[in-house]
Amino acid sequence: MNVSVLDHTPDTNVRFSSVGAAVSLRGVTKAFGQQKVLHGIDLGIPAGQFVAIVGRSGCGKSTLLRLLAGLDQPTGGRIEIDGLETGWRERVRLMFQEPRLLPWQRVAANVEVGLTHARDGNDRRRQAIEAIEQVGLSGREKEWPSILSGGQKQRVALARALVSHPGILAFDEPLGALDALTRIEMQTLIEQVWLDKGFTAIVVTHDVTEAVALADRILLLDAGRVAMDVTVDLPRPRRRGDPAAAAIEGRILERLLER
Amino acid sequence: MKRVLPWIVPAGILLVWQALSQFGLLSGQVMPAPTAVAEAFWRVTRSGELWRDIEISTWRAFAGFAIGGGIGFALGMLNGLSRLSEKLTDSTLQMVRNIPHLALIPLVILWFGIGEEAKLFLVALGVFFPIYVNTLHGVRSVDRQLLEMGRAYGMSERAIFWRVVFPGALPSIFVGVRYGLGIMWLTLIVAETISASSGIGFMAMNAREFMMVDVVVVSILIYAALGKIADSVARLLERTCLAWNPVYAEV
Repeated sequence: MNVSVLDHTPDTNVRFSSVGAAVSLRGVTKAFGQQKVLHGIDLGIPAGQFVAIVGRSGCGKSTLLRLLAGLDQPTGGRIEIDGLETGWRERVRLMFQEPRLLPWQRVAANVEVGLTHARDGNDRRRQAIEAIEQVGLSGREKEWPSILSGGQKQRVALARALVSHPGILAFDEPLGALDALTRIEMQTLIEQVWLDKGFTAIVVTHDVTEAVALADRILLLDAGRVAMDVTVDLPRPRRRGDPAAAAIEGRILERLLER
Repeated sequence: MKRVLPWIVPAGILLVWQALSQFGLLSGQVMPAPTAVAEAFWRVTRSGELWRDIEISTWRAFAGFAIGGGIGFALGMLNGLSRLSEKLTDSTLQMVRNIPHLALIPLVILWFGIGEEAKLFLVALGVFFPIYVNTLHGVRSVDRQLLEMGRAYGMSERAIFWRVVFPGALPSIFVGVRYGLGIMWLTLIVAETISASSGIGFMAMNAREFMMVDVVVVSILIYAALGKIADSVARLLERTCLAWNPVYAEV
């Protein structure tokens, strides 16, 4: 990996980002038929913040992320990104739980999928190779996805999301399908590129430890409402097993498990 | 050794066949010896008759394939992408599909006589269905998650078609093409044998009238060779186009 965490002074509270986009949700609701999934979410996310959304299955966290990615439209309320109510879809990139690479395209071409609007082919390829380097897969750009491991595929998916320099990167349980070690590796990588690029990161996860390890702020969603909004004010890089982190994790888990 | 292995049985059969003819156990009127067949092959090749017939038969086969396959591909894509179009045409097509296309021969002769159109029509009709059905199935089975990814990444409808739907349907389309190629030769053989004034099937029927069993056998072998060549080309194309798929990768 060629990005070093030590190059940065990660004082996350005063982080200013020129790349990241600010998100504002006002009274956002979403219903599928009679089933109401989100009950009026009011939320402001400053540019460049790393937000984790946790909650039980069916709490509406994935639905919220799909609204932010522009894959679904809210039933009511408003979503503004950098003050814009429309035309922001291109500023948001979504990473799925599965890599979702096109199996018939080589790694570089898969990353170029992220650059749908760049016309110049050479320029596209150059940017793709740069992004592949950032995720630590240099030299693999001519491979077929089928020969990569699960973690490597997810890295290619990350490069595809990064290549267009998004203002917001939304992750839908991106590490859920990986083994424990690969997971930690990917967490480190995601933190590194986030520090490096300054995009606004929104991660949906059901792993509270992961949320505490990565996020500046954790939102707990319960039955379609924000039930808890916790600031994680810990220095980076965060050590695993830090008692302060454990305390925050304990508080969130307690709230998650009560009912 | 591995390369020789598949040829042992055919070579053995040829040897036994030759021996049986040599010792008079197999009458030349029933089955001429391999050497007699080779001689007949040499004779029709030299006279130029064979090349003319191969050319005309191959042209018929591929023209019919292009027409039937083209329509099948287009309709398969259309019905795979549009529910309305599928509702409108699919059940009709499925009904027609259950009629064996060779059953239409009498009707086709009434319509077109024994001209080129009759053969093209039959080949096209025979090839249409496997390509239609497999294209439709291919489009239907394209990974929904990839389609969603394409939309989330702002791909245009065109880009989604060319980068996601078409390559995703391609393995299934190839199944249709290979199946269609088999039907193409089969249909052509039947059509040329029943009604034609040129082509390999005509050569065989003509030879039958003059009791030239050796030429009949040559025609049959040529049909086999043409079928095998077409299938090999399709397999080669499949391996090139589907190199991404570990199933088709060169070992």
